[in-house]
Amino acid sequence: MQRRTFVKGIAATSVLALGQTQVEAKTLPKISNKDTLSGKEFFLTIGYKKVNITGSTAIATTVNGQLSGPTLLWQEGDTITLHVTNTLKKSSSIHWHGIILPPEMDGVPGISYDGIAPGETFTYTFKVNQHGTYWYHSHSGFQEQTGVYGAIVIKPKRKEPFTYNKDYVIQLSDWSDEKPESIYRKLKLSSDYYNFSQRTIGTFIDEVKKKGLSKAFGDRKMWNQMRMSDVDIADVTGYTYEHLMNGQPSSRPFMALFKKGEKVRLRLVNSAAMTFFDVRIPGLKMTVVAADGNHVKPVTVDELRIGVAETYDVIVHPKKHKAYAIFAQSMERTGYALGMLTPSSKLQAKIPKMDPVPTLKMVDMGMNMSKMKMKKTENTGMKCASAMKMPSKDHSNKKAIKKYKWATMEAQKYPITTLPSAKGVQTTMTAMSPKYRLDDPGVGLRNTRRKVLTYADLKNRYSTRHDKKPDREIVLHLTGNMERYMWSINGIKYADSKPLVFHYGERLRITFINDTMMNHPMHLHGLWSDLETGDDNHLVRKHTVIVQPGSKISYRVTVDAKGAWAYHCHMLYHMLGMFRKVVVV
Amino acid sequence: MQKLLIKLTTITLLAQSLYAGGADDPLRTMLLMDKFEVLNNSEATKEWEGSFYIGYDIDKLYVYSTGVATNDGLETSENELVYSRAIAPFWDIQAGIAYDKNTNASRTWGEVAIAGLAPYYFETRAALLFNNEGNVGLRLDAEYEMLFTQKLILTPSFEADFYTKDDPLLRLGSGLSSIEAGLRLRYEIRREFAPYVGVTWEKTFGNTRNYDRVNETSLLAGLRFWF
Repeated sequence: MQRRTFVKGIAATSVLALGQTQVEAKTLPKISNKDTLSGKEFFLTIGYKKVNITGSTAIATTVNGQLSGPTLLWQEGDTITLHVTNTLKKSSSIHWHGIILPPEMDGVPGISYDGIAPGETFTYTFKVNQHGTYWYHSHSGFQEQTGVYGAIVIKPKRKEPFTYNKDYVIQLSDWSDEKPESIYRKLKLSSDYYNFSQRTIGTFIDEVKKKGLSKAFGDRKMWNQMRMSDVDIADVTGYTYEHLMNGQPSSRPFMALFKKGEKVRLRLVNSAAMTFFDVRIPGLKMTVVAADGNHVKPVTVDELRIGVAETYDVIVHPKKHKAYAIFAQSMERTGYALGMLTPSSKLQAKIPKMDPVPTLKMVDMGMNMSKMKMKKTENTGMKCASAMKMPSKDHSNKKAIKKYKWATMEAQKYPITTLPSAKGVQTTMTAMSPKYRLDDPGVGLRNTRRKVLTYADLKNRYSTRHDKKPDREIVLHLTGNMERYMWSINGIKYADSKPLVFHYGERLRITFINDTMMNHPMHLHGLWSDLETGDDNHLVRKHTVIVQPGSKISYRVTVDAKGAWAYHCHMLYHMLGMFRKVVVV
Repeated sequence: MQKLLIKLTTITLLAQSLYAGGADDPLRTMLLMDKFEVLNNSEATKEWEGSFYIGYDIDKLYVYSTGVATNDGLETSENELVYSRAIAPFWDIQAGIAYDKNTNASRTWGEVAIAGLAPYYFETRAALLFNNEGNVGLRLDAEYEMLFTQKLILTPSFEADFYTKDDPLLRLGSGLSSIEAGLRLRYEIRREFAPYVGVTWEKTFGNTRNYDRVNETSLLAGLRFWF
C-alpha cells in the first residue's frame, strides 16, 4: 500500500512536470483524460498524498490520489453507486454538492450519517434526477481545504438549448501548505493575520490628496470609531494561499485547447475553502447559460464573480488563432488562478494585471445611502457613523425603506415565523437598512468598465409561473464578530442552536439579512433555493446563494424532501458557527 | 471559573477532536511577549511585558507579567492571574489575583479589570487592585498601532499607576505614582516575530518620589513575539 501510493505520487509528479505539453483536457462528450470517471458505479478512495504545489512538500488529503479529485460524469436518469473508502486516520465523508437525493445519501456527518470511519467503505446509491455542473467535497473537518473535492458533470437526458464544440471543467480552489487547523487558530488569535492590504499612514496621505483632509479624516474616523476595517475583504489571502485551476497553480497554467471558431463550454466550479474569484477572459465575452447546474436565459458578460461553492456554465467563442488567459483573481486581489484557452500548448496568453485592492463602502454596512445623499454634509463619515446601528445604540429608522428598484420584493408579505435570536459578544454590527442589491456586482467590481454578471441578470430559462406562492417566510440574520472571529446565524452559533423546522409540502420564503461585512455563500442541502431576482415568473434555481455584506436577499424553497439537512455558510472557517440543521417534518 | 476549569479538564481528558461538539471554538493558547527589551539607561535594565492565555471565545484564563531586571537580578515584577470573560463585542471583564515583588518585599492583591479594544482601535486595560493593607491601586494601559507599511508598525503606549496609600516596602506612594509613555517601531518579519527599537519616558510622582525619584528617557531595543 505504502509503495503503491509512492509510485502513484511519482506518476502524478511527472504529469505535472510535463506541464504545458500534457494537456489535461476535460473535454466532453469525448472524455479521454485520465482524471475523469464515468459510468454507473464509481470507486473513490480518500487518502493522504504528498504534494508539491508551492515549491515545498505538504500532505494533502485527496480522492484517488488526485488534486482536484476526478471529475465524475453521470447520466441524468441513471441510478448510480459510489463506493467511498476512507484510508485517512480520521473520519471522512463525501457530500454531493447541489445534488437532490435522499437525506441518508447527502454525506454530512452528524446529520445524514455518522461519516466514514477510518478504513471503512460507505456505498452511496441514488437516482440522478438533474443535469449540469456540480461538485463534491468532504464535509468532515477541514478536509475540503486540503484537497478532498472534485467536479460532477451530469449529462442531460434531453438536448440542451445551446451548442458547443469543446467542454472543459474549470475547477477553482485555494491551497495552503499550512494546516487548516493552524489557519483557523491564527484567525481566532488575530483575525487580520492574513490581511496585508491594511490601511497605512501612506494610504491616508493618498486619501487626503484625493478627497481633502476633512473628508479623508471623516471616513477614517467612521471606520475606526466602529473598530471595523474597510479593507477587510477576505479572512484568508494569498499570503498563505496558492490559487489553483484544476489543481494547478498559476505558474503551471491549466491548458484548454480549442480550434479557431469553435465554441467552448467552460464549467466553472468554485471549490475554494475561502476564496471568491472574479473570472474573466480578456478578449472574449462569456455567455452564461447555467448557474448552479440549472439553465438560465443566456446573458453575455465580460466578467463574473463566483462565490465559494457556486458553479456557472459559460460559452465562449474565440474567433482568432490566439491564446486567451482564463484569469480568476481573488476578490481581495492577493492572487489569481490561471488557465490558458489556446489553440496550441505552445501559444501563451498575456496575463492581465490584478485590479487594485478594493475597499468596502458604507452600503456594505447596510446603511441607507440615498438618505445620506439627501442630507449631504461636509462630514459624511460622521453622519454615517452616528446613523450606524451599533449594539450600544438603538437608533430606529423606519423611514429607511424607501421606494427603490427592488420595492416589489420588499413589498411581498407572507406570514413570518419568528425565530430565536440573540445579541451579545458574538454580534458586532446590525445592518440598519439592508437592501436588496441584486444588481450590485459587489465590492471591487462596481466601477470597472467591464460588464459584470450580477444576480439581477440571472433569469430561469424556463417559466416558474406555476410555482406555488410562499406559505410563510423566515428571516435569517447572518451575524458575527470579526475581531474575535465568531460567526453565527441570528446571533446563535450552531453548537447552541435548535434545528430549523421546515414543513413537508410547504413553499417557504427565506430572507437573509447580512449583519456582517463579509460575503456569505449560503448553501441549503437537499432542497433547491429558487432565488428572487426581480421576475417571479423566472426564479433562478440555485444551491448556493451569496449574501453580500449589509444586504438582503430572498429565495423560495419547495420543501419536498423529508429528513434532516445541513444549511450553512460555505466559507470553511465561517461554517462551524454559521450553520443550522434543518429538519423537514 | 469553575465552568472553565471543568471544560479544560474535560477537553484534556477526552482529547476531544476539533470537530466534535463546539468545533467552532477550539481550546487555544497564546503567549504574547509584547515587550522584551534592553534600555540604554545607566543600569542597562532589561524589561518585559507579556501575557499568556488559555481558553475559548468567551472564557479565558490569563497570566500577565511585567517586570524589570538589572545585572543584579530581578528588580521588580507585577504578575496577575485572572479569569477573563467576554461581556461585549470588544470588551472582557477580568477577576483574579495579582502578585507584586521587588527586592525587599512582595504583595498579593485581589484584582478586577476591564480589557478590550476601545473605539479607534485603542488596546486598553484598566485594573483595580486591593490588598489587605487596605491599599487600592489603579493601573491603566493603552496602546495604539500605526502602520507605516504592512510590516513597519509604530506603537505609542501609555501607562499610569495610582494608589490610595503609601507602601514603603513596595516603594509606591499614594496618588498618581508613575507614568510611562513609549514609542516603539517594530518590523514584522513574520506576524509572530518582530524586532523593534524605541524610546520610553518614565516619571514618578507624589510620594513615590520619596522612594524613587525617576524622570528618565531611554532608548531601547527589543523583540516582540507570540505563538
